[in-house]
Amino acid sequence: MQKTKQSKVPQSLGSKIFSIVNYTILALVGFIMFYPMFYVFIVSISSAQYINQGMISFLPKGINFEAYERVLQNKDIWVGYKNTILYTVLGTLINVVLTAMCAYPLSRKEFYGRGPFTVLITLTMFISGGMIPLYLVINNLKIMNTMWAILLPSAISTYNMIVMRTSFSSIPDSLIESAYLDGANDIQILAKIIMPLSKAIIATMVLFYAVSHWNSYFPAMLYLNDKAKYPVQVIMRDIIIESDMSQAGDMSGMANVAATNYKYAVIIISIVPILMVYPFIQKYFTKGVMVGAVKG
Amino acid sequence: MKKKEKAVTKYRLTGKQRWRLIKRCRYMYLLMLLPILYYIIFCYGPMYGVLIAFKDYKIAKGVWASPWVGFKWFEKFLTDAYFWKLVRNTLLLNIYGLLWGFPIPIILALMLNEVSNSKFKRVVQTVSYLPHFISTVVICGMLINFLSLDGLINQLLAALGLQKIQFLMQPKWFRTIFTASGIWQSCGWTSIIYLAALTSVDQQLIEAAHIDGANRFQRILHVTIPAITPTISIMLIMQLGRLMTLGYEKIILLYNGSTYETADTIATYVYRRGILNADYSYSTAVGLFQTVVGVILLVTANKVSNKLSETSLW
Repeated sequence: MQKTKQSKVPQSLGSKIFSIVNYTILALVGFIMFYPMFYVFIVSISSAQYINQGMISFLPKGINFEAYERVLQNKDIWVGYKNTILYTVLGTLINVVLTAMCAYPLSRKEFYGRGPFTVLITLTMFISGGMIPLYLVINNLKIMNTMWAILLPSAISTYNMIVMRTSFSSIPDSLIESAYLDGANDIQILAKIIMPLSKAIIATMVLFYAVSHWNSYFPAMLYLNDKAKYPVQVIMRDIIIESDMSQAGDMSGMANVAATNYKYAVIIISIVPILMVYPFIQKYFTKGVMVGAVKG
Repeated sequence: MKKKEKAVTKYRLTGKQRWRLIKRCRYMYLLMLLPILYYIIFCYGPMYGVLIAFKDYKIAKGVWASPWVGFKWFEKFLTDAYFWKLVRNTLLLNIYGLLWGFPIPIILALMLNEVSNSKFKRVVQTVSYLPHFISTVVICGMLINFLSLDGLINQLLAALGLQKIQFLMQPKWFRTIFTASGIWQSCGWTSIIYLAALTSVDQQLIEAAHIDGANRFQRILHVTIPAITPTISIMLIMQLGRLMTLGYEKIILLYNGSTYETADTIATYVYRRGILNADYSYSTAVGLFQTVVGVILLVTANKVSNKLSETSLW
């Protein structure tokens, strides 16, 4: 739309300079956004001697995958990966089901008590008990050091719930009323009419929740103390931040592996799943943010 | 945002009518059951637990039976010399984040909006959203490695003939590192909201300004920006409301004993005192102080914005 309009009007010199400057800066921004991850990747496949001399900048040198071999031999990472997948799948399932169950009644005008419920729920976005009281609640529930301590406290994101409610309320009332007349109850309506009609928003929610589970480390750090239950993010923290190389094995046998490319290989392995799906799901994310933004 | 609905439904219901309404919604209440339980246990439960800020909490006794101590913990915190350092660090980190991090996504969105080559635009957008999906652990891991003595940044400094710097060991660098990496993480993602607002700007207005002789820069300044001001104010209010809370997970991964001077904030202090030292009552009091200040900031920001531009959150 904009394109046709701009091409009609001949560009002035000032406008051309503006365009050039604009494109240059944006290209630079794109580079800054992309380069750190690219750098991590090329270092992870370079050999140690070049890395230690600081000779890697735009191309990998002495390409080899020994760092990856080393990482894949690390049992902790496999266990962490397995845990992360479990937490992500189960957690997302709980999230989406509960969020929909909460969003549907709040989207219905005839729901008696809608106002007070909405206020009490929205309030929790701004006021919370804080880190310590929540910690004590989880302690009292006796779910400390189980996966429920990670999954349940974040069962519903109020922000996502409001986005979903907004989307549900755009479904025409007449559709729901005719289902009532046919004898359906609200649970059936939600399962058989609302959910199938809201595939796009549900896909968005799945993605939002799944990414946040995949990336989360703090709850696991607070509530878990058994290494066999750690998600991959906590394992990674030990390796790349605390520099715990105890699981890296004997380095002497592999000339091409240094602490740096080992760590970078760990990073790449952890973000590969997201990088692989990212190009395909990006537009859903964008849509989700916009649905939320419209309502404010 | 809206106040009209109320007037319509304001007639009195008899008990019977009310009961009928409730009965009609019984399946909806059934659906709400689990979500309500969630909110009661994990949101309102901790709010009740905040009581221990006024008590001497002993795990064996529980919240209610522990003895009241009034404002003892607040007094202890507010008179501690460390208090001002924490408040200063919390506010400064967030103010820097706001000062730099707030305008940059707007500028980025405006610049993207001026791009006519849709392929280029899409590439820049895709790349700039990406950091949002990378976990805090990875971001901090990258930062720590890039900023280490033999890391990328120091290699660059050495190549330019400059002195190497131990960035993460020096308090004076912490705020810069924290703020800059925060912008890198979020500016692309935040710009989506402004880009969405920009698509609804009336093109005729822009064209009219063009015909009246406004150049591109003037059109942006006098037509486009005023058109997205409501979005900007809402975003600003939300940011101000979060002024006390942002980003402690990242700080915990990035700071160390030698940078507490500038890096230790209220939330990280709560974490150390509460979780690591098990000073439950004291750290809850500190956390409550933070929440209260945060709410005051949010309400004030909302009021000011309501007066100035008639946009508000509620």
